[in-house]
Amino acid sequence: MITLQLVHLYPREMNIYGDTGNVLVLRKRLQWRGLPVQVTPVSVGDPLPTDADILLGGGGQDAAQGEIGVDFAARGPELRAMADDGMVMFAICGSYQMLGHEFVTQEGRHIAGVGVLDVVTHGQSVRLIGNNHVDTPEAGRLVGYENHSGLTTLGAGARPLGTTQTGRGNNGQDGTEGAVRDNVIGTYLHGPALAKSPRFADDLLRRAYLRRGVDAALDPLDDALPDLAARTAVGRPR
Amino acid sequence: MTLLAVWLGKLTLLGLRLIGRRGNALPGLVVEKVFPRFLARAMARLPEGVVVVTGTNGKTTTTKMVATVLDEGLRVLTNDTGSNFVRGAITATIENASWSGRLPYDVAVFELDEAWAVRFVGLVAPRRCLLLNVMRDQLDRFGEIDTTAGLLGKVAAATTGHVVLNRDDERVAALAARTRAEVSYYGVSAELREMFPNDEELYGGPVHVSDLPATVELRTLPSPAHPAATLRIGGRDHDVLLRAEGPHNAQNACGAAALALSFGFDQARVLAGLAKVSPAFGRGQTFTVDGRRVVLQLVKNPAGFRQTLRTLDARTPEAVVIAINDDYADGRDVSWLWDVDFTALGPLPSRRYTAGTRAADMAVRLRYDEVDVDEIEVDLEKAVRSAVGAVQAGEHVVVFSTYTAMWALHAVLQRIGQAVQ
Ligand SMILES: [Zn+2]
Repeated sequence: MITLQLVHLYPREMNIYGDTGNVLVLRKRLQWRGLPVQVTPVSVGDPLPTDADILLGGGGQDAAQGEIGVDFAARGPELRAMADDGMVMFAICGSYQMLGHEFVTQEGRHIAGVGVLDVVTHGQSVRLIGNNHVDTPEAGRLVGYENHSGLTTLGAGARPLGTTQTGRGNNGQDGTEGAVRDNVIGTYLHGPALAKSPRFADDLLRRAYLRRGVDAALDPLDDALPDLAARTAVGRPR
Repeated sequence: MTLLAVWLGKLTLLGLRLIGRRGNALPGLVVEKVFPRFLARAMARLPEGVVVVTGTNGKTTTTKMVATVLDEGLRVLTNDTGSNFVRGAITATIENASWSGRLPYDVAVFELDEAWAVRFVGLVAPRRCLLLNVMRDQLDRFGEIDTTAGLLGKVAAATTGHVVLNRDDERVAALAARTRAEVSYYGVSAELREMFPNDEELYGGPVHVSDLPATVELRTLPSPAHPAATLRIGGRDHDVLLRAEGPHNAQNACGAAALALSFGFDQARVLAGLAKVSPAFGRGQTFTVDGRRVVLQLVKNPAGFRQTLRTLDARTPEAVVIAINDDYADGRDVSWLWDVDFTALGPLPSRRYTAGTRAADMAVRLRYDEVDVDEIEVDLEKAVRSAVGAVQAGEHVVVFSTYTAMWALHAVLQRIGQAVQ
């Protein structure tokens, strides 16, 4: 079986609210099935592995987002080419925002994103915080915890990951949560979201194998525990 | 006016007791509303002024250390009620003042959380402060780590006499620039440095060894072979047997010692005081239940949880219970559990339980660190009873617990067992 290459973007700067856990979840779900996997951390100045299968990015503090901003923006052409090529990307919060066209701060400053996702984010002072989940058409429920102040709106080139019933989602206005194009997914769900969303996690793996021409029949794992945790989280107050 | 305030507060306290309640906040609230300058005036009359202890982790035990050591030579007023707000400080003052309004103390030592410390120093300028660390909490409470460091900076700026800083937390050490008070540092030796990672180091940043001089430096940690911690003070090494377990408490003891030294206390007195400090409420407190020893350990954030897990290095318990609630006071967001490395639990022979509203979340977390869970029980009392029932007389159960779960379990353990003094 081919070795899946997971790239963890900016592990030092972009790792809040447990987002690093998404890397662990994917790695373990491969290892438990005896499937080979490699994890490569990519920090400021490091090259992106050309054979990357799945790119994972988390949320960061405002200051951290500033530190990596230039480095991230410089990767724009490469990341757009990878996205066009069907690479799987799963980006949370700050990483999701930077995959978009731009982030406009409250003061009106424009910070360029990489334009992988057709979204734009506007900073504001109120934070949208609480338990949240979204039912996605292709891969079941994604369960997490939203905590962000940027308001994201989707353009015609991206569709929402789903509609949020109880949370605030992308912008607290239109009920949408996250954005999808090809195999690129952005979302505001921290948690880490994949821990309580095993089918969604496996769907990312399946997409990565398919891109490499492998129709992987992933052996079932016993997911009673994450399913119980997901049901509990959905039933808790925001 | 101070006398009136004391009477008003004391009568409120009495009233609460008459209706069978033991209030911490209400008398403080009443006095704060009627006499807003009360606290400042009362504190101004203390000959040695006020000590503020703050930081993300270790406040409660460190405050107890400072108060216990200073008690070796001074009359100490402290808020050891666990109520770390301005109102708690007012209530503690009122409770301890005489009806004639006299405050028979030399110094006040207050534990204040970061946000409240800023409010407090707006009312009362502390003579001294001890700033411990800045770690990620459930960040929605204070905002980001840099914001939290900014809060501590305001405390340092307001301090008039002496500021004690943890040199190994770069955000804290940098606060020396924010104050005109005298500054001293405490720290751990270069060899121990990687055992006390700051936030960046936890995520793969290089270990930073400070070259700032430490008034008190932790040289060696307690181990089964050598149960004392070794502290270097003034170029000499001293062994001290700490009753509060864990590397983090040995580190905090250095901060408490450095602060006591700023009062001109001699080394012998400082060491004698440190040896007397017993575990604070829910921070290593031990109970016996049917002849089994149950240790209660509060966990609130990733760094604190990691540190508290290290208490298992010195002694392996026969059972471990991890109780995670997600009520407002715990933080609704439990994602911080993913910033704790639990792999060290995997090889331990201990039976393992998860409990609380997020028992299932905790079990998922452990599973991804290859740690098997024997039982998942949301009900806290059932979980602890089950763990106690599964071990033999004389054996140990360690319970790691979030804030609200800790309060609930403390009540359970008092009911079904006895506190060990
Ligand atoms: Zn976020």
